[in-house]
Amino acid sequence: MAALTELTLAEAKEGLAKGEFSSKEITETYIAAIESARDLNAFVSETPERALADAEASDKRRAVGEAGALDGLPIAIKDLFCTKGVKSTASSHMLEEFVPPYESTVTSQMVDAGMVMLGKTNLDEFAMGSSNETSYFGPVVNPWKRKSDDQPLVPGGSSGGSAAAVAARLCLAATGTDTGGSIRQPASFCGIVGMKPTYGRCSRWGIVAFASSLDQAGPMARTVQDAAILLQSMVGFDPKDTTSAELPVPDFQAVLGQDIKGMKIGIPSEYRIEGTDPEILALWDQGIKWLQDAGAEAVEVSLARTKYALPAYYIIAPAEASSNLARYDGMRYGLRVDGETLADVYENTRGEGFGSEVRRRILMGTYVLSVGYYDAYYIKAQKVRKLIADEFSAAFEQVDAILTPTVPSAAFAHGEKSDDLLGMYLNDVMTVPASLAGLPGISVPAGLSSDGLPLGLQLITKAFDEETLFRVASVLEQSAGFTARPDGGA
Amino acid sequence: MTEKNLIKGQTGDWEVVIGLEVHAQVIAKAKLFSGADTSFGAEPNEQVSLVDAAMPGMLPVINKKALEQAVRTGLGIKAQINRFSVFDRKNYFYPDLPQGYQISQFSDPIVGEGEIIIDMEDGESRTVGITRIHLEQDAGKSVHDMDPRSTYVDLNRSGVTLMEIVSEPDLRSADEAAAYLTKLRAILRYLGTCDGNMEQGSMRCDANISVRKPGGDLGTRCEIKNVNSIRFAAQAIEYEARRQIEVIEGGGTIDQETRLFDANKGVTRSMRSKEEAHDYRYFPDPDLLPVNLSEEFVEEIRASLPELPDEKKDRFVAEFGLSAYDADVLVAERAIAEYFEEAADGQDAKTVANWVTSDLFGYLNKEGLEITDSPVAAKQLGALVGLISDSTISGRIARDVFAEMCASGKDPADIVEEKGLKQVSDSGELEGIVDEVIAKGAAQVEQYKSGNEKIIGWFVGQVMQATKGRANPQMVNEILRKKLAG
Repeated sequence: MAALTELTLAEAKEGLAKGEFSSKEITETYIAAIESARDLNAFVSETPERALADAEASDKRRAVGEAGALDGLPIAIKDLFCTKGVKSTASSHMLEEFVPPYESTVTSQMVDAGMVMLGKTNLDEFAMGSSNETSYFGPVVNPWKRKSDDQPLVPGGSSGGSAAAVAARLCLAATGTDTGGSIRQPASFCGIVGMKPTYGRCSRWGIVAFASSLDQAGPMARTVQDAAILLQSMVGFDPKDTTSAELPVPDFQAVLGQDIKGMKIGIPSEYRIEGTDPEILALWDQGIKWLQDAGAEAVEVSLARTKYALPAYYIIAPAEASSNLARYDGMRYGLRVDGETLADVYENTRGEGFGSEVRRRILMGTYVLSVGYYDAYYIKAQKVRKLIADEFSAAFEQVDAILTPTVPSAAFAHGEKSDDLLGMYLNDVMTVPASLAGLPGISVPAGLSSDGLPLGLQLITKAFDEETLFRVASVLEQSAGFTARPDGGA
Repeated sequence: MTEKNLIKGQTGDWEVVIGLEVHAQVIAKAKLFSGADTSFGAEPNEQVSLVDAAMPGMLPVINKKALEQAVRTGLGIKAQINRFSVFDRKNYFYPDLPQGYQISQFSDPIVGEGEIIIDMEDGESRTVGITRIHLEQDAGKSVHDMDPRSTYVDLNRSGVTLMEIVSEPDLRSADEAAAYLTKLRAILRYLGTCDGNMEQGSMRCDANISVRKPGGDLGTRCEIKNVNSIRFAAQAIEYEARRQIEVIEGGGTIDQETRLFDANKGVTRSMRSKEEAHDYRYFPDPDLLPVNLSEEFVEEIRASLPELPDEKKDRFVAEFGLSAYDADVLVAERAIAEYFEEAADGQDAKTVANWVTSDLFGYLNKEGLEITDSPVAAKQLGALVGLISDSTISGRIARDVFAEMCASGKDPADIVEEKGLKQVSDSGELEGIVDEVIAKGAAQVEQYKSGNEKIIGWFVGQVMQATKGRANPQMVNEILRKKLAG
């Protein structure tokens, strides 16, 4: 039998069910893997004692035939989810010591399903970033390296710790959150599957808010099936989040392996964005061919307003963030840096507590909501958002899914884009449109660059049609046959 | 507008223009967006949920009862109910505002235009326009007097539901403002949407005040914040209007600013100027979906509305023949109106109204009691009036009986029985007494016969003295006139 860390989540689930190994055994293996890979900085908090206790409790449940859907499976949680009794930092100095007395709805459902929590993964501070370099706890190192040099690469962001941990076999799967691409982009950079469900599928209750109208939790895993299994335990209506959808939840695994004959796959030419790596455009063409070979029909669709998505996103998300982060004022919890006057306390606390990218976005958000700019920026951005959503709706009258690249480039080196803000923001250019429209999207690893780095392709479907998304993604995964590994194996 | 509302300045008459924003705490068991309790008088920070403390990742969920109460209030002032409304964030930093924003309604409030009719003491009525009612969260409370160097924060009030009821600038005097607040409070209490207890802070008022020459353009306004009694509101308006007139007449101009009323000194003081005003950066709260009210929801509330003061007043006048003034007094509070109606059931309503507004109110005021604490139950007061109507006792004896009822809480019939207060209406008995009195008062008889008819009062008094006040006064009068004429 292969090492336990080599199993997919589905295989591990089966192994546990068959009694081939215990949860304690696989958990110990993962704890050791995490310890030996600390140079990746993928975790903000490792919780080995908690994990072992979870595992032992799981083995007992299994012994009496009470195993849940995730029972005994070692999983990592992005440190944006509040976890009861476990530090939940959002990778910010502001919340460095924050231990919530409550559990987010998503993770509490996963706990109920029996998961073993290995720890909390690193992220860009308050999920603001595309490289994981804005974390107060230092950047995460992508387990992948270029063939041409030995420079440490970024794992993408903001769910970079989760992506790196999944890719480096430090957990079976992990949770992420996606506001403008924070699951899909790091999944692409790290050669894993990352899926953002429809806005409203998962409850946001207990997830530290970045941009409320965009934030959505989702699974990050090594296979499409694993993502589907994990998602199943994350979703569902929550009366504590009025933006969560009161809709029946389908069985996401049921569609896996179904063919896509006769399905129409939309190809938006507007995603041939200038500056995109030609290798990625070639991979996209390859992806189209794979789906055609599987019996689908490729259809040109027009998403003409795509170019306005990124500017609209960088108005709406900071606007909401500027307000959402106002609660970090040093008064009730989190960091407090005293001062002479009340204003001093605010300034000292927020000046020290937030890193530069967070401060930048708060400033941008405050600016676009201010009197005299609100109509020109915020209202206009909301109109653009509506137009983009309408355009997607029109496209989905013709097609079942849309195929695009996930990111215009492969993973870049640490520091490479630190001084190139627009270049950094451009990472999200292909993921942001679906975010603005609230649509589900998935990044599937589809190939390697000539320099040996993984590249993902993105699928998007209409709202609450995760079944079609998984169905097509599964076919794409099979066609791509991506087996490359960060350590050079296959 | 009436002449008497004008304020005399050195350069002539001035008119004051007032609009009021009333913050009314909605009666509901839970807060606007959290399940935390809202009762008054808990220890600091005992009624704070994770949402109220704005812990990371917490989300607001609208309390349906709050929507219902706002709609009920809107219907009570004959306002337009907006079936579509939106909650916005009003952003500012303050230690007692945990989220760093207040969830309020800005562009799309739940209630639109309505009206309130105010009745002035001189019998004149005026209609005051209501601009809107919106729902919002209350902030917590900063406590500055526990420590000389620190401020403490009590979040019990944080997240409690407020209705902001905004009037048009239709009020023209401090008295009108007071009448408006009194009437609004009565309506809210009738509706059961706010208890109106200003001293507990469950109703507070901001006043926008400007002055102008009669018929001239509107002047620059100042806003007086957070006035917590009707009397203070009137005082603040009176002071502020005169202050503005003095400034303008002294050659100055009014700066648009926010002011505070100092109740101890009776003056208003500048708090912040327009330049210092916050930019609240309102935007729709992305944590909450817009509110869509169904027609059934609104109609169900409409069907459950109680009779309101204006309708009740009209009915009291029509049904009981009360004067408009008496009816006004009786409908001012729902509890009083209900007491009156119960007491008047089967009795002479006008007499009951007199007893309620004079004797009962007199007693309650003296003792500092609310009508709900009255030792005399409504049915008992009605029974007392019944004893007068059927001539069991006289009105004079009734006052003694009433005093005894107040003291003991006994039924009037029992008191009359126990103390032998039953009126003497036996004509034979009365004639005998009258004869004795006439025999004793030869001089007074002489005066009566020479045309001094008022002297009859002396005879009545003698009869009453002889019967310890129990003689039927009407019969005594009749018998006396007959005998004296004889």
